[in-house]
Amino acid sequence: MTLPLIVAKSLRQHLLSTVVTAASIALAGGLLMAVWVVKTQSNDAFTKQNAGFDAVLGARSAKLQLVLNAIFHLEASPGNLPWTDYEDIAKNAAVALALPIAVGDNYRGYRLVGTTTNLFSVEHAPGRKYRVAEGEEFAAGYMEAVLGSFAARQLKLKVGDKFHPYHGLNFDEKQKHEELYVVTGILEPSNTPADRVIWIPLEGIQNMKGHDAKSAAEISAVLVKLKNPIAGRGLELMYNKQGNRLTFAWPIAQVVAELFGKIAWFDKVLELVAWLVAAVATGSVLASIYNSMNERRRDIAILRALGARAHTIFLAVVLECAAIAVLGMIAAFAVYLGITGVAAHIIRTETGVVLNAFAWHPILAWAPAAMIGLSALAGVIPAVKAYRTNVAENLVPVS
Amino acid sequence: MPLLEICQLKKSYVTPDGGTLVVVDVPEFKLEAQAQVALSGESGSGKTTFLNLIAGILAPDSGSIRLNGLELAGLRESARDRVRATTIGYIFQTFNLLQGYTALENVLLGMSFGPGADREFAKTLLKRVGLDAKLNHLPRQLSTGQQQRVAVARALANRPKLVLADEPTGNLDHTNAGESLKLIREACRENGAALLLVSHDREVLAQFESVQELGKLNRAAK
Repeated sequence: MTLPLIVAKSLRQHLLSTVVTAASIALAGGLLMAVWVVKTQSNDAFTKQNAGFDAVLGARSAKLQLVLNAIFHLEASPGNLPWTDYEDIAKNAAVALALPIAVGDNYRGYRLVGTTTNLFSVEHAPGRKYRVAEGEEFAAGYMEAVLGSFAARQLKLKVGDKFHPYHGLNFDEKQKHEELYVVTGILEPSNTPADRVIWIPLEGIQNMKGHDAKSAAEISAVLVKLKNPIAGRGLELMYNKQGNRLTFAWPIAQVVAELFGKIAWFDKVLELVAWLVAAVATGSVLASIYNSMNERRRDIAILRALGARAHTIFLAVVLECAAIAVLGMIAAFAVYLGITGVAAHIIRTETGVVLNAFAWHPILAWAPAAMIGLSALAGVIPAVKAYRTNVAENLVPVS
Repeated sequence: MPLLEICQLKKSYVTPDGGTLVVVDVPEFKLEAQAQVALSGESGSGKTTFLNLIAGILAPDSGSIRLNGLELAGLRESARDRVRATTIGYIFQTFNLLQGYTALENVLLGMSFGPGADREFAKTLLKRVGLDAKLNHLPRQLSTGQQQRVAVARALANRPKLVLADEPTGNLDHTNAGESLKLIREACRENGAALLLVSHDREVLAQFESVQELGKLNRAAK
C-alpha cells in the first residue's frame, strides 16, 4: 500500500508535469500503434483484396496500373481493347466468368463503371455476392444505375433519384453529359472497392454522347474469374509472353504485393519516425522526473527519516515513471483510435478498402509494454539520484 | 540494561578546505527505557548530528551505539533504516510533514515502513492529539501548533521504544510550546516510549527532572 501511495501522491503533487509527460507518451504510443496497424492492415487488405476476381485482362500496360484501374478503380485506364478480346477470353475453358468493364465517366468524382448484369452473380467473398440491398438491378441497355453503398451514402442518392454523368474520371462541372440516369438500386456493403462505384450497363459508357464512336465496340478491361486459379499460368503465358497487344494481370494479390514491395522503404521510414517519437517521449519522462529531483529531495529525506529504505525510494521513482507511461498508454489508445479512424476513413474514401481500427494486432500489447518498460528504464537515472539523497542534509527546510 | 547506551561515539566532517571537523565526541551516554531526558544544547553543540547518529540516519566514524540491545554502529544503512522504522520516533523542529499528504496519511507513513499501516491506531493517535476532526487536512490547512501535533502522532505511530525530539517547540509560540511539550511527554509515557529531547529553551528544560548539558557531554561542542 505504501509504494502505490507514494507514487500516487508524487504524481498528484507534480500534476502538470505528469499530465504533459503522459500526453507526450500518449501521442508517441498512439502514433506507434497506429503506424503499425495501418501499415499491416492496409498491406493485408490490399493484397487480399481481389473483389472476387483472379485476374484482369486489359490493354498492354503495367500489371499494377491495370489492377489499380480495374479492381481498385484508381488511376487512369491504360487503354481500351476490342470487344472480341472479351469474347475470346470468355470462351476460354479455364475461365469461369469474364466480366467486361468500361470506364471514362464520373458523377461528382465517383466513377461510373459500365458492365453486364453478370456482376450480380460474382462472389466477392465466399458465399457473398454483389447483392442489391435496396431497389433492383439495372437493366441492360437502359439508363439505369446501381450504386455502391459508400458512393450512395456520400452522394446522398437513393432509389428513384436521377443524375447526369460527367465526362472523365475526375469531376469537372463543364463536362456534363446530356444523358439522365435513374438510380434503380443500391448494393449492400461489400467492403470492396465496388462500394465506391456507380455501376451502369456497359452500353451506357460505350454509347455515351461525346465519346469516341469507336469506343462503342471497345471495353476498358475484363475481370476474370478462373475455374482453377492455377490456370492463370497458361493465360499469362498466352497473353504476356506470346502476345504483345494485351496484358493479363495475374495473380492480383502478387501484383498488389509488388506495389507494397516498392514502397517498403516508406514503411521503414514511418516505423523509424514512430520509434524516434517514442524514444523522445520516453526521454521526456526521464527529463521531467530528473528535473524535479531537487524539489523532491526534502520529501525523500523525510521518508527516509521515517524508515523508508533507499531501495524503496529507488523503486518509488522507477514506478512513478512507469505509472506515467501507464497513464500515457491508456490515453494512447484514444490517440490510436483517432489516427487509425482518420486513416481508415481516408483509405476507404479513396480506395474502398476497409480497415478495422478495433481489430486485434500484437502491437496493441507490445507497444504499451515497450513504452512502459522503456519509461521505467528511463526512471533508473533519477531513481539513482533519489537513492543517493543525503538524508541528514535534506531534512533541513529549504528556505 | 539501558535502552540506549553510547560509548566513545565520534563523528566528523571534512571541511571545504580539506580539514576535519569533529562534531560529535561523546565518551558515554545512557538512557533507560521509558525515561524522559532533556539535553540542553546551544547552536553548534552538535545536537542534531547526535540525534541523527542515534536515529541511524548518520553512521558514526567510531564508537558504539547500542539501542534496545542492538549495536547500530556496525549495521549497514538498510539495517539502520529498519531499526529506525521499528524502534524510533523522530520529532523535528520544523515538523517535516509531507506537504502532499493529509494528517492521517502522514501518520500512516510513520508506521508503514515498520510495523505496517494500522488505520485505526493512526486515527486513535490523531484523536489523542486533538485532531480527530482534521484527519483529511493537508499540513498547509493546519495551524503551526496543529502541524506539531501531527508530527507528535507520527513519531508515535510505529510504537517506538525511543522518541527523539530536536527542538520540538522551537517553531511554536509560548502557549503552544507549553501545550506541545506536555503533549509529547504524556503521549510518550502513555505509549511506553523513552524520550530524548534536545532544546536550548530554558522553560522547556525546566519541565524535565533529568537534564544533561550536551556541551559537557560532547567534547567536540564549541
